[in-house]
Amino acid sequence: MAKKISFTLNGKAVNFEVDVRESLLDVLRYRLGYTGVKKGCGVGECGACTVLVDGMTVDSCIYLAVWADGREIRTIEGIAQDGELSVVQQAFVEEGAVQCGFCTPGLVLTTTALLESGREYTREELKRELSGHFCRCTGYKNILKAAEKSLEAGKRQCEE
Amino acid sequence: MYDIQGYIEAESVSDAVALLASNPRLKIIAGGTDVLIKLRHGQMEGAELLSIRKIKELERIEQLADGTIVIGALATFAQIFHEPIIHNNIPALAEAAVSMGGPQIRNVATIGGNICNGATSADSASTLFALDARLRLRSSAGERVVPVQEFYLGPGKVDLKPDEMLSEFLISPAGFRGFGGHYIKFAMRKAMDIATLGVSVMCKISGDVFREVKIGLGVAGPTPLRCVEAEEFAKGKAIYAETLAGIGRLAVKSTNARTSWRASREYREHLVEELTQRALHVAIVRAGGAEIG
Ligand SMILES: Cc1cc2nc3c(=O)[nH]c(=O)nc-3n(C[C@H](O)[C@H](O)[C@H](O)COP(=O)(O)OP(=O)(O)OC[C@H]3O[C@@H](n4cnc5c(N)ncnc54)[C@H](O)[C@@H]3O)c2cc1C
Ligand code: FES
Ligand code: FES
Repeated sequence: MAKKISFTLNGKAVNFEVDVRESLLDVLRYRLGYTGVKKGCGVGECGACTVLVDGMTVDSCIYLAVWADGREIRTIEGIAQDGELSVVQQAFVEEGAVQCGFCTPGLVLTTTALLESGREYTREELKRELSGHFCRCTGYKNILKAAEKSLEAGKRQCEE
Repeated sequence: MYDIQGYIEAESVSDAVALLASNPRLKIIAGGTDVLIKLRHGQMEGAELLSIRKIKELERIEQLADGTIVIGALATFAQIFHEPIIHNNIPALAEAAVSMGGPQIRNVATIGGNICNGATSADSASTLFALDARLRLRSSAGERVVPVQEFYLGPGKVDLKPDEMLSEFLISPAGFRGFGGHYIKFAMRKAMDIATLGVSVMCKISGDVFREVKIGLGVAGPTPLRCVEAEEFAKGKAIYAETLAGIGRLAVKSTNARTSWRASREYREHLVEELTQRALHVAIVRAGGAEIG
C-alpha cells in the first residue's frame, strides 16, 4: 500500500513514496539514511527516535510515515548550520552531557524545542520536559545542566 | 513494519461515520499511542485503520455560553495542559494531563483515545468521572450522549458500537462550578509510568462543612469508579481531620482492587484511604476553605 507524500526535511522539500505500514523512523533512518534518528525501544518509551514535527517533539517509532505528509520534519542532521554547532549542541559538549551519544540526538531536539518555545522553565519543569528520554550512561545531571545552559544562552541571544 | 492491512483517512465526522457504517471491521486510530503499541506487540493483526486525525473540529476545546466545557476527542494531553479554559475551571484535569506519559507522548496522545481504550489506568478517566463528564457518540444513524460512568463496561470494554465514534466530551458547569479539585497519580516513577492508583476529588464547601464531595478512582477496580458511600457520608459533615479519615475509610468500600505485579490489593486499598485524604486537603483549599492542620 504505497502512498506518495510530500514534506520538508531539514528545510528541503521531499517527495517520497512510503508504505502505510512504515513508521516515520523506518523511512528517515532506513530509507533516507538519516541515522541520527536512533532506534531504541520501538514502542515510545525511550525517546531515542525523537524528531521535530512542525516544531513539536514526537517519538518517530510510533508515528506513521504517512502522517508526515505536508509537515515540516527536523532531525539532528538539520540542527548545526554551516558546520557551526547550535547553542544547544554547544552546551551539551561543554557540560559533558554526552557519553555514548545514543540518547543525544533526541535530547538535543527536545531542548531545541524548549528553547524555541520562548517559555521559561523552572528546574523541576525542565526535568519533567526531559523525562521522555532514557540515558543509560550519564545519570542525567549533566544533561539537565546542558539544558539549563542552552536556555540561558538562547535567552541572551534573543536579548542581544 | 506494522501489521496494517488498510488505511483510510476520514475528512470529516460525517465521512468517518459513513465509512464505519460501510465497514464494521475498521479500527479507529487517533494518536496511535495505544493502537500502534498493540500492533507492535502482536495483540492486533491485519488492522484496517480509519484515521480521524485530519478532522480539525475534533481538536477544539471551548466553553459554551451556558458554561459547558466541550473537549474534542482529538485534543492532545499537551493541548489540554496548556489550555487556559482547563486551567481556570478544572485544574485537576490539567494535572491529570501532564501526569501521563512523557512530553513526546503527550504531544500525540488524545483524550478520546485514552477513554475509548477502556483501561482502568487511563489518567484522564478518574477526573472525568469526578466531573460527571458526558460523551457524545456519533454514528451514521445519529448521535447519543452517555455519562462516562456508563461508558465503561469492563476491563478494556467500552459502550462503543462498531459503527460509532466519540466526537467530544461535555462537562456541565454543575459538574465543576464552585468545586475545588485535585488529581494525584501514584506511580513508581515520576514520569513515563502507568498509575498504581489515580485519585481525583472535587469538593464544594460552605463555611466549614462539605456540601458535596466527588471521588473518582483509577486502578481501584476493573474500570474507573466513583466512591458513592464516601460521597454520601461527606455531605454536610464538618471539615476536620476525623471527617477526612472517615471519607478515606469509606472510599475503600467502593473499590475492587486486585493484586498485580505493580502492587498488591492491600497496598492499593491503603493508597485509596490515604491519597483520597491528601487529595481532599488540596481540593478544600482550592474550594476556598482553610488548610486543615
Ligand atoms: C510510552 C507510553 C506511555 C504511556 N503512558 C500513559 C500514562 O501515563 N497514562 C495513560 O493514561 N496512558 C498512557 N499511555 C497510553 C496512551 O498513550 C493513552 O491511552 C492515549 O491517551 C491514547 O490516545 P491515542 O490518541 O494515542 O489513542 P489511539 O491509540 O489512537 O486509540 C486508542 C483506542 O481508542 C480508540 N479511539 C481513539 N479515538 C477514538 C474516537 N474518537 N472514537 C472512538 N474510538 C476511538 C481506538 O480505536 C483504540 O481502540 C502511554 C502510551 C505509551 C506508548
Ligand atoms: S525508539 Fe522510539 S521511543 Fe524508543
Ligand atoms: S549518553 Fe549513552 S545513553 Fe545517554
